[in-house]
Amino acid sequence: MNLLTDPVTISHYLIVGSVMFVAGAVCMATKRNALGVLMGIELVLNGANINFVAFGSEILARNPHYRLGLDGQIIALFVIVLAAAEAAVALAIVLNFYNNHATVDVDRADELKG
Amino acid sequence: MELGATLSTLLLLAWLLPLASFGAIVLFGPRMGRAGKAAGYVATGAILAGVVLSLFALGFWIGEHGLGESLHGDEHAEVKAGEEADHHGHRHDDGHAKKFYSGDWYTLAEFGGLRLTIGYYIDALTVVMFCMVTLIATCIHFYAMGYMHEELEDVTDHEVTLANGEHLRRPGRYHRFFQYLSLFCFSMLGIVVAGNIAMTFIFWELVGICSYFLIGFYIERKTASTAANKAFIVNRVGDFGMIIGLMAIFGSLGTFHYEEIFAQVRPQEIYTPTETIEKHHELTVPDGMVWAEATERAGEIVMDHAGQEYGLENAAAQMAAEANEYRDQGFGYTLLIIAGLGIFCGCMGKSAQFPLHVWLPDAMEGPTPVSALVHSATMVAAGVFLTARFFPVFTPEVLLVIAIVGTVTLFMAATIAITATDIKRVLAYSTLSQLGYMMFALGVGGWVAGVLHLITHAFFKSLLFMCSGSVIHAVHSNEMTDMGGLLKKMPITAYTMLVGCLAIIGAGIPLVIGLSGYYSKDAILAQAYVFGESNGSLLFLFVIAAGGAAITAFYMFRLWFMTFLGEPRDKHRFDHAHESPKVMWIPLVVLSCFAVFVATPPITDLFNPTAAPLVRMLEQAVPNGVAAGGASGGIVIPAEADSHEHTVHVLAGFIAFGTAMSGLLIACCVYWWRLINPDEVRAMFAPIYRFLLNKWWFDELYDKLLVRPTLYIGRFIAWIDRGLIDWLIDNIARWARGFSDGFDRAIDRTLVDGTVNWVARQTHAVGLALRGVQTGRIRQYVVLIVVGTVTMFVIAFGLSK
Repeated sequence: MNLLTDPVTISHYLIVGSVMFVAGAVCMATKRNALGVLMGIELVLNGANINFVAFGSEILARNPHYRLGLDGQIIALFVIVLAAAEAAVALAIVLNFYNNHATVDVDRADELKG
Repeated sequence: MELGATLSTLLLLAWLLPLASFGAIVLFGPRMGRAGKAAGYVATGAILAGVVLSLFALGFWIGEHGLGESLHGDEHAEVKAGEEADHHGHRHDDGHAKKFYSGDWYTLAEFGGLRLTIGYYIDALTVVMFCMVTLIATCIHFYAMGYMHEELEDVTDHEVTLANGEHLRRPGRYHRFFQYLSLFCFSMLGIVVAGNIAMTFIFWELVGICSYFLIGFYIERKTASTAANKAFIVNRVGDFGMIIGLMAIFGSLGTFHYEEIFAQVRPQEIYTPTETIEKHHELTVPDGMVWAEATERAGEIVMDHAGQEYGLENAAAQMAAEANEYRDQGFGYTLLIIAGLGIFCGCMGKSAQFPLHVWLPDAMEGPTPVSALVHSATMVAAGVFLTARFFPVFTPEVLLVIAIVGTVTLFMAATIAITATDIKRVLAYSTLSQLGYMMFALGVGGWVAGVLHLITHAFFKSLLFMCSGSVIHAVHSNEMTDMGGLLKKMPITAYTMLVGCLAIIGAGIPLVIGLSGYYSKDAILAQAYVFGESNGSLLFLFVIAAGGAAITAFYMFRLWFMTFLGEPRDKHRFDHAHESPKVMWIPLVVLSCFAVFVATPPITDLFNPTAAPLVRMLEQAVPNGVAAGGASGGIVIPAEADSHEHTVHVLAGFIAFGTAMSGLLIACCVYWWRLINPDEVRAMFAPIYRFLLNKWWFDELYDKLLVRPTLYIGRFIAWIDRGLIDWLIDNIARWARGFSDGFDRAIDRTLVDGTVNWVARQTHAVGLALRGVQTGRIRQYVVLIVVGTVTMFVIAFGLSK
């Protein structure tokens, strides 16, 4: 079986999703810039979203036993909304942090360490 | 309304008004007017209303019963045949019995056969005593409003020196004085009206406590507080005997009520199953007492009938049938004597009879109105009153004891009074002596004579005390050696006091007329003479009593002469002396009128002493069967009527007159005309003088005999307490502490605390260790989350494979 030649199936979507997820996670783990971290979060969330959409798609999930109906799509919409809200809050925090510390370096935000 | 109900209502009101006044002053006293001045008005108003009610009661009594016949007419007072006992319990005895009303106002409690009630026993004696007590108390209340006026301000007590050398300054206690006076009047009237012995005993003690409060009124003075204690403790001794008497009566008769006791002790008839024995109120040992002593036979009877049907009823019937037989064998008589002696013991304490007399002279530490009210006219009279009330119960043997105690008291007190120089102490000893006369009179069978002397004495002795108070008020000293020549300065006091002195020595023209004391003292001596004639060997009692009369005359006029005649001994005090204010001398005048006229016969029958209204009232009150006298154990108690024989009367009259005049004459010789120098007499009889001056060394004797040993025992017990018991307890405590210390260390600190602390320490260590993980670096967290998640996936899928 060759993914590059086979027709598009759910596996392709899952691969794209996991690549995005890993890229996001690595981005969160490596970026010191808070905005970079936020972008990483977006990647993680959207990677997960691709999975939901893929599992919810009737075209892709041909096996009737795996049919989720609209659930996958709806959860994906929720995630998008939550991501937007989260981004708003996170950006506000970042702005405040910048105001106080004149930087957006997340390594400097260690005041709550034990 | 029926008379009994009327009387009981009137006397109840008269009795409770002082209580109301007491309550009001207790609650609002200090706020009554300036410095509590109105408290005096409240108390006086209450007692004044009491007089009015008592006089109404007297009026109702006379209206119903008349004054009674004088003894020369008909021996037995005229009595209306009458209504049987009605359902209220007011009894109107018929036949030749005397009149009384008895009943209960309120039942406190009932335990089986025991009934504790607030009740009344009203006879002519009660009514007369009510009038006397309230009347004198009213005079004294008015007098006290003047005498105590210093207490309205802050008082500086010159007899109390504080540690810093200054005199004590304290707020006035005017209201408190009247509060106690009210309580006292209430208690005294309670004794008089009481319908049973239990109630009498309660008020007996209340009188005692009031006396304690009033004697100790100047509580900061050491002498006053000691005197108050002494009075209270000596009275306890007497009351102990009284409780024994009460127990003897209640234990055998099963009742506290006077009416029932008297009915059993002085029965009119005794019913046995076979016959009816006429007793005519002779002294009879009640069945209860017979069986209380004939216990063996009583036990047999009960055992014989035990377990049978109607066993108890049959046993009771058989006991009733046999009671007479055992009574005739003399069973129960000892118990009757014990009961009598016990009750009299209480009377001895309250009436300050030898050997319990020591408290009364010391009690003069109280303010003078207190001396007048409590220690001359009323409280000490309570003992005599109770002796008179209980008279039907006393056997001739007990009466002999009473007579002898009375004689000793009257003689001893009279001799001590000769040498006393404190004006109030002279009067105190004179009171003792007169109380001795009363007891003596009762003991020799002179019921009317004794009670008559109680009433007349109450009037002239309160008069004398108030006069002495007036003098003390003027010269600010109790010592007669600081007085002299005061007649010019305070004539009203001097002349009223002269009246009092004449009354107390029984001045009068023999067989014609005299002051109140003349009648009562004559009656006592006449009765004593008849008693001496009946019991030849006891004639010496009469001689001592007559001699006592001479000494009375001597010391009373010694007092009067030393105070009012001669040269002033203390110029400074004399110059400051002045007549007392109106509120003080008006009661004196009122009382002196009573002291003169209270026992005077009416003008129509002037030369017959027994025709006096007071005497005729008292004749009505003579308890059933008492007038006939009695005999037992070789002692004959003569009937009182015998002393009214003309020959006896004349003899006693002249002896009384002769002794009084001789005493008076000697007093005149020594202290007025100065024919004899008292100092020389004193030097001549130095040992006797010392003996008398030290009051027969009674205080010293009691100190050595009773007080010291008690203190030694007390100290010994204190030593045991501290040295032994405390030592033991301390050691036990030490051991207990040591043990608990060890226990504490071993279990609590090591085990319990150790565990808890170990857990805490470990938690802390874990916390410290985990602290390092929280670095604050978000990127590290993310890596950890990812790595962790992946690890968990690997584990989960790896294991499930």
